[in-house]
Amino acid sequence: MTTAEYEAVIGLEVHVELKTRSKAFCHCATSFGVEPNTHVCPICLGMPGVLPVLNREMVEYALMTALALNCRIAGYCKFDRKNYFYPDLPKNYQISQYDLPIATGGSLVIETENGPRTIGINRVHMEEDTGKLVHKGSIMTTPYSLVDLNRAGTPLLEIVSEPDLRSPGEARMYVEKLRLILLYLGVSDGKMEEGSLRCDANISVRPPGQQKLGTRTEIKNLNSFRALERALDYEIRRQIKTLAKGERIIQETRTWDEHEQVTMSMRSKEEAHDYRYFPDPDLPPLRIDPAWVERVCRSLPELPDQARRRLSEEYNLRRYDALLLTASRDILDFFDDCVAQYPKPKVLAKWITGDLARLLNRNKLEIKESKITPASLVGLLRLLEEGTISGTIAKAVLAEMFTTGESPDKIVRERGLTQISDEQEVRALVGDVIAENSRAVAEFQKGKDRALRFLMGQAMKASGGKANPELVYRLLREELSGR
Amino acid sequence: MALTIEEVEHVARLARLSLTAQEKEMYAEQLSSILHLFEMLDLLPTDGVEPLAHVLPLFNVIRADEAGPSLPRDEAMANAALTEDGQFKVPKII
Amino acid sequence: MELYQHTVQEIGEMLARREVTAREVLASSAERIGRVENKIQAFITLTLEEAEKTARDLEARDEIGGLAGIPCGIKDNLCTRGVRTTCASEMLENFVPPYDATAVKRLKSAGAVVVGKLNMDEFAMGSSTENSGFFPTHNPWDLTRVPGGSSGGAAAAVAAGEVYYALASDTGGSIRQPASFCGVVGMKPTYGLVSRFGLVAFASSLDQVGPITRTVTDCALVMNAICGHDSMDSTSLKVPVPDYTKDIQEGIKGLRIGFPREYFQKGVDRGVKDTIMEALFKFEELGAVVEETSLPHSEYALPTYYIIAPSEASSNLARFDGVRYGYRDRYAQDTAEMFSSTRARGFGPEVIRRVMLGTYALSSGYYEAYYLKALKVRRLIKEDFDRAFEQYDILISPTTTSTAFRIGEKAEDLLTMYMLDMLTIPVSLAGIPSISIPGGFLNNLPVGLQLMGPPLSERTLLKAAYAFEQATGYHLRTPVLEVYGT
Repeated sequence: MTTAEYEAVIGLEVHVELKTRSKAFCHCATSFGVEPNTHVCPICLGMPGVLPVLNREMVEYALMTALALNCRIAGYCKFDRKNYFYPDLPKNYQISQYDLPIATGGSLVIETENGPRTIGINRVHMEEDTGKLVHKGSIMTTPYSLVDLNRAGTPLLEIVSEPDLRSPGEARMYVEKLRLILLYLGVSDGKMEEGSLRCDANISVRPPGQQKLGTRTEIKNLNSFRALERALDYEIRRQIKTLAKGERIIQETRTWDEHEQVTMSMRSKEEAHDYRYFPDPDLPPLRIDPAWVERVCRSLPELPDQARRRLSEEYNLRRYDALLLTASRDILDFFDDCVAQYPKPKVLAKWITGDLARLLNRNKLEIKESKITPASLVGLLRLLEEGTISGTIAKAVLAEMFTTGESPDKIVRERGLTQISDEQEVRALVGDVIAENSRAVAEFQKGKDRALRFLMGQAMKASGGKANPELVYRLLREELSGR
Repeated sequence: MALTIEEVEHVARLARLSLTAQEKEMYAEQLSSILHLFEMLDLLPTDGVEPLAHVLPLFNVIRADEAGPSLPRDEAMANAALTEDGQFKVPKII
Repeated sequence: MELYQHTVQEIGEMLARREVTAREVLASSAERIGRVENKIQAFITLTLEEAEKTARDLEARDEIGGLAGIPCGIKDNLCTRGVRTTCASEMLENFVPPYDATAVKRLKSAGAVVVGKLNMDEFAMGSSTENSGFFPTHNPWDLTRVPGGSSGGAAAAVAAGEVYYALASDTGGSIRQPASFCGVVGMKPTYGLVSRFGLVAFASSLDQVGPITRTVTDCALVMNAICGHDSMDSTSLKVPVPDYTKDIQEGIKGLRIGFPREYFQKGVDRGVKDTIMEALFKFEELGAVVEETSLPHSEYALPTYYIIAPSEASSNLARFDGVRYGYRDRYAQDTAEMFSSTRARGFGPEVIRRVMLGTYALSSGYYEAYYLKALKVRRLIKEDFDRAFEQYDILISPTTTSTAFRIGEKAEDLLTMYMLDMLTIPVSLAGIPSISIPGGFLNNLPVGLQLMGPPLSERTLLKAAYAFEQATGYHLRTPVLEVYGT
């Protein structure tokens, strides 16, 4: 988006719902899509006299995430109350972290067209989620709204980037990478469409080379990668246009209107927020000693960047293949599982990123949902390697395995797909092809290689793809030169 | 220090309290007299004193991540003034 | 002597010896309530039917011992499952909690027979129970006077013999001050010793639940039932709970007692000062070493408290918005209006005043000058006590600056009313335990004696209080509510 006159400066605040069993400060189960107000208790309803008790797993997940983002872990942190009134916030204050968050100063690397770029992470803090409002129609016109508090009190992490992003594309890559890390850690579902990963953007423009930041706007309601990119794209154009007209940017909160594909000012008569943060007297502070950090550090799983490096360095895979194979932890696990049984990583990479990936895409399935297991894929590749089936047949068998979940051996056996490597049988077949294609034979003898390919194809076809192609080739040559 | 009517209005807005003109005047006067009482704190030097937010030396009070039963919905909503479809009903928001 | 006139200890022993039944004990209390409640007006809600059922169940199970079968009252800011809990506010007039406060739960499991919910200043904000959203309570010693507050209903009910003891809460003196005005025993335990779960929060860093009783031994008995760690309260202490009655008669020979000179200075009535000075001689007679000491930051406690408590209250009381429970203005056109008019109508003037004050103190631009400053001064106040307790086992002072005043006498004068708490507030800010016991009488009105100790020194406080009580017999004096023939 950067034009000659302006560059964009973008920082993102990402809210992540943590996949704990229970809510942040009470024992209610976390949930999605259950009957309204069935996962609530006096505590998450904010009834009089109730008190919060911190969920250990929330802290552990926060530490894991912060460490994966190379943050400094605070030795001492506390919870504060963020005071504001809204009907989806039962206590009318949110338990959050203000001046002493659990972690600060991290980074994350995105892979841009111009190579890797390091994006700074300003802070990671813990807080509780709000409930949900259901409007009859649009929030602007509805006569009333309904409040469901199932989500209220779900543990959230807020991850705030530095204003290091320079384009909507980079912003998207940042969120994708962050999401991938969260999924590798297993701390969140990271589902934008279900709201378990939500994104607000701070954005300004300035002439390239200028150090000082321009006036920024904050954009809310970015509920998909598409919305994120489009909203930022729109907002950058709007800001540039505004400045070009000699007008000033107003610092404000705007919302992305998915229907109109524009950002709109959310200014209202209400004055600016004054959250009146103060330390929550109901929650003693946290002391996170080096031993705790060390233990969490040791428990961290392999992260996407480490996995990619391992695949490139240990298996000598192409960078692109390594990227594809680390695109999710499930794919990586599948690949690693295969390699353990069949130590030919390059062959495996070709099949997993090629035919298997195509089948998955076509059927809109995740690798975990597919009927093909590492064992069955390896079984197929063994049949191919041993020469029991040809490559063409292998592709067909894979497709059948994908649909039926049968083992490759069974499919090959029952459908009689075993490769024909018997020389006599193939010689007879080749003989027939030569006899039936005199024109092509004549062309071959005039020196046209294309004719040989044609005859080869005919022979394979006649065998139903089962003939050993190397054998067909050798015998064709023999037979033809013998004439 | 004395609170102006505008300041009282600002605070009442933040605290979500609708006040009559008469009440605003009353609270302006009363709150000002209380704020006057606070002025003696200005005379007490507190440089280098660590704020005391918790009197107890407690840290890391955390519980295991175990899900327990929630309230039956009827009980959860029994005290609400207005409900619909198992949800709390509120008038329009904007 | 009628049953209701006995102490918790005595009636417990009588029940244990099967000289009386739980229902007989309850009947005596119920009759007493029937005779005097119209004068005292201590109860917001009476639960005599449920009490009758509890008493019957106890008899059926043959449950005796501890607090089993002994009628009590609960301040109406402690949640009681299935029984409305109003905080003496129109805001919660019809709120029925689906849970018991932990302290209530513990009393119930000790067999307590709850006869009702007791009046208080609305949301515990006040020192006279005149701020009740429903009606004022009258002091049994003089019905034209206030019982103190905010636990005025609790102290009056105990003093009038309507209940044997009450469970109450203390934020800046709300147990000790009414105990002092009504001539009964009130203890504010160490912050964290009794669970706050289910106590409707006023100022979370100061609120503590504690007993109001007629004798020191009774106080110890109730403490035995309510103290101890609760996993539902993150500020609950994990400490072993002793038997508070054990060795209570041990005496106080050699006990080092300090009396802070700041607690005997301007603002404290001469008569009150003299009474407590006299009491100090009594402690010397009993073998204690009594010396004057100083808590130099005492005068800063009042402004510090009136910043911290309203600030926390402004946040704690934000939840009363008409959506999930409580009063709601049903005619409001939008949510913002609904919030504002619900809160303006549901809260009384003192609550609105403190919510406004706290909102202001936390608001942008003032946080550091007020709230943060107050937290720093709070540390200085706590350190005063830390230093004093290096030299003394306990400290002694008057509980209040005066005896009970007349209803309406101070209602107009906000600051004077606030100053009433100046002797109980420092203890609250420091989080330390303190007990108020009858320390003498002035014009037939009780004068409260406050004993303060370091964290978790409840046993020492009870021992000293017991020694004084036994030596003076002040606890044996009771208000005369029924003149023969009237």
